[in-house]
Amino acid sequence: MIAIRNLSHRIGGAPILTDVTLDLPKDGITAIIGPNGAGKSTLMGLMARLLPIQEGKVEVDGLCVTRTRTDLLAKRLAIVTQRVGVASRLRVGDLVGFGRWPHHHGRPRPEDHEAVERALEAFDLVELRDRFLDELSGGQNQRAFIAMGLAQETDWLLLDEPLNNLDMYHARALMARIHALSRAGGRSVVMVVHDINYAAAWADHVVALKDGRLADQGAPRDVLTAPKLSELFGMEIGVEEINGRPTVLHHA
Amino acid sequence: MPDKRLLALGAALLAACAFFLFWGLKGPTGFILELRATKLAALLLVGAAVGISTVVFQTVTGNRILTPSIMGFDSLFLLVQSLMVLTMGSLGYAMADGPAKFLLDTALMMAASLALFSLLMGRGRGDLHRMILVGVIFGLFFRSMTAFVLRLIDPSEFAVVQQVMFASFGAVDTTQLAMAAALFVPVFAAIWKLAPALDIVALGRDSAIGLGLRHDRLSTVLLLLVAALVAVSTALVGPVSFLGLLVAALAHQLMQTPRHVLLLPAAALISGLVLVIGQGVFERILGLQSTLAVIIEFFGGLLFLYLVLGGRRR
Ligand SMILES: Nc1ncnc2c1ncn2[C@@H]1O[C@H](COP(=O)(O)OP(=O)(O)OP(=O)(O)O)[C@@H](O)[C@H]1O
Ligand SMILES: [Mg+2]
Repeated sequence: MIAIRNLSHRIGGAPILTDVTLDLPKDGITAIIGPNGAGKSTLMGLMARLLPIQEGKVEVDGLCVTRTRTDLLAKRLAIVTQRVGVASRLRVGDLVGFGRWPHHHGRPRPEDHEAVERALEAFDLVELRDRFLDELSGGQNQRAFIAMGLAQETDWLLLDEPLNNLDMYHARALMARIHALSRAGGRSVVMVVHDINYAAAWADHVVALKDGRLADQGAPRDVLTAPKLSELFGMEIGVEEINGRPTVLHHA
Repeated sequence: MPDKRLLALGAALLAACAFFLFWGLKGPTGFILELRATKLAALLLVGAAVGISTVVFQTVTGNRILTPSIMGFDSLFLLVQSLMVLTMGSLGYAMADGPAKFLLDTALMMAASLALFSLLMGRGRGDLHRMILVGVIFGLFFRSMTAFVLRLIDPSEFAVVQQVMFASFGAVDTTQLAMAAALFVPVFAAIWKLAPALDIVALGRDSAIGLGLRHDRLSTVLLLLVAALVAVSTALVGPVSFLGLLVAALAHQLMQTPRHVLLLPAAALISGLVLVIGQGVFERILGLQSTLAVIIEFFGGLLFLYLVLGGRRR
């Protein structure tokens, strides 16, 4: 479980997150939803110690993220951020290989190579492994970074908008893959999703943020209702039940 | 098994060293050889320092355009030197030259570089435009300050400053060389130990922390090591502005790898190669002294332009 207690964050005096208290259940997929600028990425950054915690507390499976050694945390929790820029000229295979760093610190063993192979296969990247990152399409690039997070083989995987840039095929394949991991692999996934229908179809738990505050949380069917979503995004949103799942009609 | 490209570079460097030592050898052989060997050691040492420090600097700051010297480091050095001439007079300046001045220069440059680098590492780090702006502004500031101080200096004393304005491998003091070597060796060893971690640093702050690196602390340590290298090589032979840029770009272009265990030796070897061949051709064949730096500036600038413009090809 990731336990978030009274978490507040300010940047230059402006409140970004205000008093967020939240439990993210272990096992399964948690989807974080909310409008642009709601503080989703900030929340992820604080959970993954990318930002210093100013007020409040975050514990990952009982480990306080500010006090636990960062190299130990790297074996528990992996994060793929929204905007990743890499200065060096990397091949896909190298990038995914770096996901194993927390386990071998520069001296890869056979099991590390196997983990890299698995991650490459999982994301359809085997053929692209020798390509340079700057020669990939946006979606291929995105998949390479997610594969790196996957190769880290941590209990927790935090993905900030992993569906960005992905076509329908790869978006669904990614969700199916993550879903399988969260079931058979015993891994817990927290992801920021903008397309609510993916949250409705795959998530076990939904967290809604608005203006830096927790707006709602619970099972998809309880959170993803027409009145709640309309309120959250400030627009008229219809929700229909299709194949037993809430389906959001927000396009027109 | 060592990398083939590194082996080739090593062999080329050996050949270049032999050429530098033995070409056109006549007269009192022992004496001349000793002189040449000292000069060669200085070239190799400075080459390695400039190459390695630039690659590390670019990795830590996450850019391929700025180098410590483009950040106005060499201009700062000139400023300090001209201030010394101004306050002590050319005679006092010449007298102060020696181990003490070398140590003072080094300490000064290290302190200044830390202050400069920390400007890069604060808020907005990773913002390339901001970094380049800061670098250019500082370079400009130090240069115009130097120009101002030079105007205050007596014309007859001007020549003394002019001598340090371009890198000079002509007259290397053996005591200074020994001190530089004593400082370089532990610094090289420390950087070498951190080479695998540098691969991760290159991924950027977020990814590095996510992979469990103590990124901020490590960056500071690395920049301190860079500062030491740059300070000592500048104090030893004076500014070589474009060499680092040239060598780092060449090393990346040749090795095409994110692994610093390969990049760092490549940069050191290429750098040595450029300096030894350059100086060798100048002294032995063209019979000119101490203008190598000018040529490096010229070709460094040209080649860099070429690399930037042609770099997006495969
Ligand atoms: N470095 C920063 N400086 C100033 N404000 C910031 C900074 N980073 C984020 N913010 C502000 O914090 C708020 C929350 O940002 P955050 O990135 O967490 O939003 P988000 O929910 O992830 O949005 P999106 O859906 O667009 O990714 C925004 O209003 C943003 O403008
Ligand atoms: Mg975001």
